[in-house]
Amino acid sequence: MSHSHSDQEAHNAEAMAEIKKVTIILSVFTIVELILGFWMIGMTSAVLKLTIKGTIVILMMAKAFYIVAYFMHLKHEVKNLIMTIVVPLLLFVWFIGAFLWDGSSFRNLRNNYNPYFKEQATIKVEKKVEEHKATDAKHEAAATKHETVETTHEATKPEVEPYY
Amino acid sequence: MSTTTTASPNEAKLWEGGKSPFNSEYGKVMMWYFLMSDAFTFGAFLISYGTVRFSTNGWPDSNEVFRSFPFAPEGVHAPLVFVSIMTFILIISSVTMVLAVHAGKNMDKQGVVRNMILTIIGGIAFLSCQAWEWNHLFHEGAWWGANPFLNADGTASTTNFTNFFFTITGFHGFHVFSGVLINIIMLIMTLMDKFEQRGHYLMIEKAGLYWHFVDLVWVFVFTIFYLL
Repeated sequence: MSHSHSDQEAHNAEAMAEIKKVTIILSVFTIVELILGFWMIGMTSAVLKLTIKGTIVILMMAKAFYIVAYFMHLKHEVKNLIMTIVVPLLLFVWFIGAFLWDGSSFRNLRNNYNPYFKEQATIKVEKKVEEHKATDAKHEAAATKHETVETTHEATKPEVEPYY
Repeated sequence: MSTTTTASPNEAKLWEGGKSPFNSEYGKVMMWYFLMSDAFTFGAFLISYGTVRFSTNGWPDSNEVFRSFPFAPEGVHAPLVFVSIMTFILIISSVTMVLAVHAGKNMDKQGVVRNMILTIIGGIAFLSCQAWEWNHLFHEGAWWGANPFLNADGTASTTNFTNFFFTITGFHGFHVFSGVLINIIMLIMTLMDKFEQRGHYLMIEKAGLYWHFVDLVWVFVFTIFYLL
């Protein structure tokens, strides 16, 4: 309230400049992500793919930071408030690490000790080309709606039940 | 604004009573805590998706699955195009929300109304895009418990992919839907001069926090499902 009129205007200009800057940063990061995504289509090199995916994750985290810090204004809050929000979220570091590690360990265990699971990952299945049109045509009849979905599902299933 | 106090050297005095130690309004602090709990819910969904994906040998290629575009002729495949439009709609609606909050701080009713309307339009546009995509995938035979897409390496896929996709984008879409409702209520309250009478537009700020959170979650959902 003690601010003078020109103070208020200077503050306004500053805030608008910040909004503009963050908007541009978010758009540019999204465009870079999309370019990387397009580049990855049909790529075979696993190492390069992993590098690009890592880059995309870093860009994603940067976007999240800009949204929370500037759009949600967290950066301009009191330090205590920032800490009560950010510190509990650090649990995610452990969550992500532990669960992804557990997931890949489970895959390795099954590939080593469950021959059936491993075999399933090598059997190629025929892709149904006409499926789309057939589903659409049948879909006209509302009564058979649910059934159609079921049949589609059955059609793509391999001979044997996959082991989930 | 009058309430911009930085964490000053006499921070200890904040806790000696007489003023809010967080220098923030009660409802805003509580909105932050609600969003934190919501972040854990979304986090749990996305981490379980990651865990299942890491424990599976094959997975469908997202560029094969999400390659359609409204009104595109049969056989035209445009991976990533439609979802990038959805992403930009949400980013722009987030920007208009910031502008609405900013106008509210200046007690600029016209600015609030204009930007809230734009934000609501953005939200509805996003929901329409999602409705189209869900409908399209459903017609291709994808639904909870049904996955017509093969793994990227040509092996048989499980229904994990579609189950996670519909659950997580559905939960996010529900958040967008409630965000649009909240924004409409805020718009009506603004038009009824409720905030002018109160002397502040703090409610717009709280609705804004929720809306930005929805955008934030989409940053993660979009990256994880469509790009990785």
